[in-house]
Amino acid sequence: MIVRRVREKIAFTFLRLSALLVLVILIAILYYIVSNGVAVVNMNFLLKNPEKGMTGGGIFPAIVGTFYLIALTLLFALPLGVSTAVYLSEYARGKNDRVLTIIKVATRILAGIPSIVYGLLGLGLFVFVLNLRFSLLSASLTLSFLTVPIIIAASEEALESVPMSYREAALALGATKWQTVRSAVLPYALPGIMTGSILGLSRAAGETAPIMITGVAYYLPRLPASPFDQFMALPFHIFTLSTQSSNPQLTRPFQFGTVFVLMALVLLMNLVAIVIRNRYGKLRR
Amino acid sequence: MTALSTSRFKIQTKNLNLWFGEKHVLKDVNIGIEEKRITAIMGPSGCGKTTLIRVFNRMNEIIPGCRTSGEVLLDGKNVYSSDIDVVELRRRVGLVFQKPNPFPKSIHDNVAFGPKIHGITRKKQLDDFVRFSLEEAALWDEVKDRMNDSALSLSGGQQQRLCIARALAVAPEVILMDEPCSALDPVATAKIEMLMRKLAENYTVIIVTHNMQQAARVSDLTFFMYLGEVIEYGETKKIFESPKNELTEKYISGKFG
Repeated sequence: MIVRRVREKIAFTFLRLSALLVLVILIAILYYIVSNGVAVVNMNFLLKNPEKGMTGGGIFPAIVGTFYLIALTLLFALPLGVSTAVYLSEYARGKNDRVLTIIKVATRILAGIPSIVYGLLGLGLFVFVLNLRFSLLSASLTLSFLTVPIIIAASEEALESVPMSYREAALALGATKWQTVRSAVLPYALPGIMTGSILGLSRAAGETAPIMITGVAYYLPRLPASPFDQFMALPFHIFTLSTQSSNPQLTRPFQFGTVFVLMALVLLMNLVAIVIRNRYGKLRR
Repeated sequence: MTALSTSRFKIQTKNLNLWFGEKHVLKDVNIGIEEKRITAIMGPSGCGKTTLIRVFNRMNEIIPGCRTSGEVLLDGKNVYSSDIDVVELRRRVGLVFQKPNPFPKSIHDNVAFGPKIHGITRKKQLDDFVRFSLEEAALWDEVKDRMNDSALSLSGGQQQRLCIARALAVAPEVILMDEPCSALDPVATAKIEMLMRKLAENYTVIIVTHNMQQAARVSDLTFFMYLGEVIEYGETKKIFESPKNELTEKYISGKFG
């Protein structure tokens, strides 16, 4: 009996320490970044171009570039992801379950492919074959490939949580399948779809490898004027400041500041997602 | 079965069989439903009564693995023939569900849903439909001052009458009711039953129930079903006073169910 109790104690302690360690790592990272970064972040830093070989000025073009990138990625990924999910869960279900399973597994595998592979695909397909050049467009198309599987998974889950009785009610009134989906299913799946999409996008916002080989610029003093221009982006700017600068010591505060801004952006997106979920998420009666 | 060939029937089935996968749910059902009367379909749970009424508007089709054979005639025309538009069929044959299932929209928008999907867009016309349907469903006086409130703020009985109004708003000819009172209290049930009597003046009403008292109270005609077969049919009064079949007799005297 004593042995069992000691074993229980050891197991419990080990599990608790694991959880604690995770928490400590998270807090350490956040503390390190905030304490070093917050002093750098001011209006100048947010609204000025980089100056003096990136040892002065700010990161305005990188912030704007990341916003453009996210917006375009959303524009491409959302319709594609949601349409696929609607097809899979509203149309294909029960008719051709084998094909359905294959497509489902495929989307899950897509979600697990390393981002650099997407980058290479984008480089080959968008930059060269489709001749979209090294541009904001190529980069956001590449990122949307990366985001679509996440949006599909989230949307499917959201669609499945809409009560069957809504679909039946609409169908029994003589609604077509599409009318049913559009007016009795999608509106109630929307909060879940938005939540998942924002989480997917916040991942895309932090990606460096795929944009590095499809359109991001090392330094641009002006904002991109069209989707065919190159652009600056926060994650790549961090990479540049810390590894490509002639004097990494002098750029150090800017590294922290940029990391801080990127983290804040991603956290903010996550927060929005959580708010949407809590606000509109309770569908089931 | 010579009676079945007369044209007073709004709906008729001929050798109707239905399977869910391997399960034979309806067996050689040959019945006729009279126009503008209330027909009750009663029987113990699992006897196929809900499945039977869902054949009339082809709602069983949304369940994977469902197969049907035989004919279902609406005004003499087979609803399973290839030139039948299932969307139009469901407009003509409305369905009220067991559990009130309003959309989480406003009261107005719930009733306007049907007319809207059938192409009515002018606000005035929609409002007329909504008002007419709510009056028909005996709900108008209770909700006319709060048409923009959520339908979910209504009581269970009101929600069910709202669902009836929603079904009426597309001008159906037949109204199928699938145990419409099973989730309601006695007062709300009495209101719905009164409403059914009123509806039978203009519509053909078919109600599924496992509640014998309800069948006896509201219906003109009664079918008794058991294990997928129709056992007995007749005027409700006769069925309850002098059932011919032993099973029917046992069921209405409460020996099983």
